[in-house]
Amino acid sequence: MRPPCDPSKFVAEAVKSIPPSGIRRFFDLVSGLEDIISLGVGEPDFITPWHIREMCIHSLEKGQTSYTSNYGLPELRDELARTYYKRYGLDYDPASEILVTTGVSEALDIAVRAVVNPGEEVIVVQPSYVAYVPSVILAGGKPVIVSTSRDDDFSLTAEALKPAITSKTKAIILNFPNNPTGAIMEQEGMEDIADLVVENDLFVISDEVYECLTYGGTHVPFSSLEGLKDRTVMLNGFSKAYAMTGLRLGFAMGAPDIIHSMMMIHQYSMLCAPITAQVGAIEALRNGKEEMERMVREYDRRRRFIVKGFNSIGLECGNPKGAFYAFPYIGGTGLSSSDFAERLLEEKKVVTIPGDVFGEAGEGFLRCAYAASLDDIRKSIERMGDFVEELKQ
Amino acid sequence: MDEMIRHILEILENDARASPEEIAALTGMSAQEISQTIAKLEETGVIRHYKTIVDWDLIGENYVYAVIELKVTLERNQGYQAIAERIYKFPEVRSVRLLSGDYDISLTVRGKSMKDVAFFVAEKIATLDQVQSTSTHFVLKTYKEDGVILHEPESIKRLPVSF
Repeated sequence: MRPPCDPSKFVAEAVKSIPPSGIRRFFDLVSGLEDIISLGVGEPDFITPWHIREMCIHSLEKGQTSYTSNYGLPELRDELARTYYKRYGLDYDPASEILVTTGVSEALDIAVRAVVNPGEEVIVVQPSYVAYVPSVILAGGKPVIVSTSRDDDFSLTAEALKPAITSKTKAIILNFPNNPTGAIMEQEGMEDIADLVVENDLFVISDEVYECLTYGGTHVPFSSLEGLKDRTVMLNGFSKAYAMTGLRLGFAMGAPDIIHSMMMIHQYSMLCAPITAQVGAIEALRNGKEEMERMVREYDRRRRFIVKGFNSIGLECGNPKGAFYAFPYIGGTGLSSSDFAERLLEEKKVVTIPGDVFGEAGEGFLRCAYAASLDDIRKSIERMGDFVEELKQ
Repeated sequence: MDEMIRHILEILENDARASPEEIAALTGMSAQEISQTIAKLEETGVIRHYKTIVDWDLIGENYVYAVIELKVTLERNQGYQAIAERIYKFPEVRSVRLLSGDYDISLTVRGKSMKDVAFFVAEKIATLDQVQSTSTHFVLKTYKEDGVILHEPESIKRLPVSF
């Protein structure tokens, strides 16, 4: 008889060293609960606009079910190049500087793996999306955290960045508009960071998936700054702007060497992004502006509503200028973010995500997605107001 | 048009019950400003009416609707307005529109039964001097009324938590 085995001993050390996801814990907490209102969802509550779905259906009807080029459909890359030239004057060659990926998640993973050697340091600005630190660890790199704070509206400053740069620093991961804070970067602050990046010969991985969800201002891509295009890979996708989360379509734009290196990994892991989603994405770029702007206007209304609501119940909340998250401060209640979010879920059945999930700098805050109906937002604020009042007693 | 007024009208078109306080939070104006703006929009006729879209089928109230297309002859010195006014005064008539194409006027009529609607068309509409011919189409089912879908939309289940 052969001896039993412990499969855990086969798990790679890099995977074992990934910190557990705080959001995953909330997945488990809410499973099985009924009648909850969720502000915990990081995806649009709109369905993909009909004209985009219709193009996907049409392409299936025509039998478009094949692989595409590893880089993605040429028509899609052409359309992306045209879009970014028109939007920001950015000039990317569709043949060598654009790679279509399976969501921004894949683009992030392969961008980090294409750039980082084992032992090299990568600066991660927090609070930020939960995948950055694990991506660096899985690539053998060392994440170095730089925190932003509400004193600076969670915007990154060159002063905060400077002390984190060492001789081992290879790259910095930026995410503006930011998940979870909703912060954006103003051009002035970005120029200071750009100077620092060039002085220290760093590479920038800029996740701009919330680019289109910017309120009352125009997004400035990091790569549009003078001298930054070739040292930046811009990661972006269709999930948030066009409500296409389940279609899993992202893209990366950068220098040919970087894009080619990313493609080398992509071709052996994903091979190519699904053709149906790529066809939908072409339609989104060609004819989706109006629907996208309609959704953004709706998020903007909810944003004003939720921010006012939080402040009215005594949870101080700054004005997020991008993405679809409000980040109210709950530190004054005496509870930690996790305790607050857990008790709020148990006692009032409202799902929020504790800020510390996005890094230590998020402690004292909650991520509340306003990609929810106004009615749900109104009810959540009422229940949170009751909860805060009960805490005072 | 003032962007704010467009905002307010859009909100009210989607939900006539939205309170001034709620609209204030959505637009960034004060509730008092909203009330004043709405009063002005009502006064100047921009806001014509507030109404409720009811799915009568759900409570077993089986109204019969018909779309009637009319060809009309205009009288000397009289435009379409005169015949339209003549028709829209009947309470059975729910809407009246002037069309381009094969017909001149389209109206929607509501009655308690098909017989009701048929009599109304035969006796009140077809007999008008200007009406040359009528073509009646009974409505079998209404799927969407004034932008509102009248059946339970298929709900898309989102995860309660995601990244």
